[in-house]
Amino acid sequence: MNGPHDLGGAHGFGPVIAEDNEPVYHADWEKRAFALVMAMGYTGVWHIDTSRHARERTPPAEYLASSYYQIWFTGLKRLLVEHGLVSEAEIVAGKSLSPPASLPIVPAEGLVEKLMADGSYERPAAAPAHFKNGDSVRARVMNPHGHTRLPRYVRGRAGTVAAIRGCHVFPDAHCGSDEEDPRWLYSVSFAAPDVWGPQGRAGDEIHLDLWEPYLETA
Amino acid sequence: MADHDHDHSHLSDMEIRVRALETLLTEKGYVDPAALDVFIDTYETKIGPRNGARVVARAWADADYRKWLLDDAAAAIATFGFTGRQSEHMVAVENTPDTHNMVVCTLCSCYPWAVLGLPPVWYKAPPYRARAVADPRGVLADFGVSLPETTAIRVWDSTAEVRYLVVPMRPAGTEGWSEEQLAELVTRNAMIGTGLALSPAEAAK
Repeated sequence: MNGPHDLGGAHGFGPVIAEDNEPVYHADWEKRAFALVMAMGYTGVWHIDTSRHARERTPPAEYLASSYYQIWFTGLKRLLVEHGLVSEAEIVAGKSLSPPASLPIVPAEGLVEKLMADGSYERPAAAPAHFKNGDSVRARVMNPHGHTRLPRYVRGRAGTVAAIRGCHVFPDAHCGSDEEDPRWLYSVSFAAPDVWGPQGRAGDEIHLDLWEPYLETA
Repeated sequence: MADHDHDHSHLSDMEIRVRALETLLTEKGYVDPAALDVFIDTYETKIGPRNGARVVARAWADADYRKWLLDDAAAAIATFGFTGRQSEHMVAVENTPDTHNMVVCTLCSCYPWAVLGLPPVWYKAPPYRARAVADPRGVLADFGVSLPETTAIRVWDSTAEVRYLVVPMRPAGTEGWSEEQLAELVTRNAMIGTGLALSPAEAAK
């Protein structure tokens, strides 16, 4: 979707301001919100692509006015309600008003090992890769309403296949689904002037990891 | 100094809302409070940019390891035990006098957790996500970094599950240093590409 999250190339946000000796969390609620998102993710009711899309669907004005953990918290509430795990009324009340769903809860024991063992997104390929290193490709012009990982700033731009990353779970199909629909994933190099015109500097490049359905022969 | 004015205006409100949701999810039996503490503590005290610094230091000190890291980063990094969540598909990219690498996620906040921990606020905020791909030199200037005119910049937008670790250039005057000494020069920002490794003089300050 052409949502507020797709920020590459946007103007007017001002300078990057980094905090010296920044703590990992800035408030207790950030810790708890982070942990709740992680714990609910490990129940397996949804996966990372569905979760990203829930955050992207935050209305643009709200998204841009929110800190990142606020966006995570908003996305978590949306997922909980959409999957029927809690109701809006229960969120407001802060207590359970109906029987819970039965979920495989993630225990504290063995959790660190579980984090360290998170697996691969690469899958066996149903067909050979269509492109090879050095191929000239163009990112397709497309504006899907659903989840996609093809940013607006490269759509319609020509680039070069720089590496083949393997056949990976395809987020556009996987989002909201159990269907992984694995597709070949490529590192595609774009020359900055081909993306930004006169504002792009000759010699500079931008590399994106793009799935085969995002690409056509240039 | 980050812009936290916004956060402060929501702080008490957010504390109340998040606590209410945690209470609800605990009551429902969906989360184990002890597990929440493990998530929090793991990324606050156990996994952070010191991990990545050890990887870079070894690549500087050991030519065979450097080659392995650049050829198969996931395997080379896994020898330290740095594996798993948000680092399932690692790629290491090396800075040279000709090429400087910088990593961003324009669409969200993808970041190599196993080697760098959780990302800083600026990495996830619109100014960096908007400008890193379009004006990387401007972003570097915000960090007080300027590169030679002859250095090209390669920006890596983390649009898939591939995660990038920048191997900064080894500072001059570090010949014969141990991996432990070298790791002290490797900052988080140097491994994102918004900074350079510290010189021995800078590290001594």
